Amino acid sequence: MFDFLQGYDVLGAFWTTVKLTVLSALGSLVLGTLLAAMRVSPVPLMRGFGTVYVNIVRNIPLTIIILFSSLGLADIFGVTMGASNNFDVQGFRLAVLSLVAYHAAFVCEALRSGVNTVPVGQAEAARAIGLGFGQNLRLIVLPQAFRAAVIPLANVLIALTKNTTVAAAIGVAEAATLMRTMIENEAQTVLIAAVFAFGFVVLTLPTGLFLGWLGKRLAVKR
Amino acid sequence: MTSVLYDAPGPRARRRNVIFSVLFAVLMALLLWWVWQALDDKGQLKWALWQPFTTADAWNTYLLPGLWGTLKAAALSMVIALPLGAVLGIARLSDHRWVRVPVGAVVEFFRSIPVLLLMLFANELYAQSANIASEDRPLYAVVTGLVLYNASVLAEVVRAGILALPKGQTEAAYAIGLRKGQTMTSILLPQSVTVMLPAIVSQLVVIVKDTALGGVMISYAELLSARTTLAANYANVIPSFIVVAVIFIIVNFTLTSFASWLEGRLRRGKKTTGVVLSPNDATIAGTVATGAGGGVA
Repeated sequence: MFDFLQGYDVLGAFWTTVKLTVLSALGSLVLGTLLAAMRVSPVPLMRGFGTVYVNIVRNIPLTIIILFSSLGLADIFGVTMGASNNFDVQGFRLAVLSLVAYHAAFVCEALRSGVNTVPVGQAEAARAIGLGFGQNLRLIVLPQAFRAAVIPLANVLIALTKNTTVAAAIGVAEAATLMRTMIENEAQTVLIAAVFAFGFVVLTLPTGLFLGWLGKRLAVKR
Repeated sequence: MTSVLYDAPGPRARRRNVIFSVLFAVLMALLLWWVWQALDDKGQLKWALWQPFTTADAWNTYLLPGLWGTLKAAALSMVIALPLGAVLGIARLSDHRWVRVPVGAVVEFFRSIPVLLLMLFANELYAQSANIASEDRPLYAVVTGLVLYNASVLAEVVRAGILALPKGQTEAAYAIGLRKGQTMTSILLPQSVTVMLPAIVSQLVVIVKDTALGGVMISYAELLSARTTLAANYANVIPSFIVVAVIFIIVNFTLTSFASWLEGRLRRGKKTTGVVLSPNDATIAGTVATGAGGGVA
């Protein structure tokens, strides 16, 4: 029944999806934290930059960003990510770059929403007992903010997993690219789609359940 | 200004902020100059590349029909997905386990797979076994994919919207003798519509963004695929990307601003319960607003 899978590297395609997800998640966590720090900083210019970045990136389709990374950045500006003669590696790295740039905006908003859940009274009390800025951040605000940010961050991670399929637009050999090839060549359209859908359910559902449970467990009861 | 992170700045903090501002401004200026130089180096600032966008031709032949394709697919998807989502959302709140559980499984299933997979599948399925003219097939496939995904997202929005209403509303309805169906249709649903309106408008942004996926992957004629033909005609890849991105930003920013205006207005309103489902609400966030088939979280 499943002999149509012969000759296709389904697991390999999903492994590429996982690699895209993990690398982009780490990258966007770093960039997103930086942006969030800017958006809550006391310097108006930095706040402005953070706001502009988030609002621009959130309103552009990811497809445009990924397509631009290949047709614009690589083909015209010669940004080959250190792999100018290997098209596959170059595409993969450009896809990671685009996914990081896009999801950093959402990571930033998730972290900021976490900081916003901390009541001002907490910080006022911290200052009243003589804690400085660093101590206030380290002991009072960030522990509470991080707990509240777990669920929004988990949602970004799940969306990121699904969004890696957009890399198919520049021919990265991940799950959606392979599915497209397979349903064009094989007759069992429904079965093939079911296999790939199942793959994504396996990738996203446990992550969502675990992080959702963790988020609820960690949440500060107010 | 006092916030959780810092107090209103004193003289020393103010001086420090000025220094940071200047440093950051210099950094920004350098970055801008660098980008400008890169564009200039590759000859992307030549007026000949930008001039087409001042002519009616580029707009009438490529951009406006493309934008129409984008908006048409987005509007159709929303109009079909909304009632479907409402039915699924209400069914998931059912008292009967045999309704609640299967509907929950369907909703979770479609929420956890990428829109792109749904679009590719629908496209192939229609090609093989449905009697649809081949020039209409991409539209059908894009709308099918978007409806399946967004109906399940909207189902969660509707469920969260109904659950967000004060419990007293249901209790009062039961107390005056309404049955479950009556309570839903004449008490809970009308009130929850205002509660979820901002979240629904925000979901529209996700839908608009996801139509671009159909343009690239199954050649549906929308704004991003219009850009490809435009750039092939005028040989202006970079300018065409920038113009199309700006159009998307304007459309989506208008929708986002409308959603937050609506949210503020509903929160202040006296006629409602004052409960509003924010797109950033923890219960539904991530389902809403991330876009791209996972949209983005």
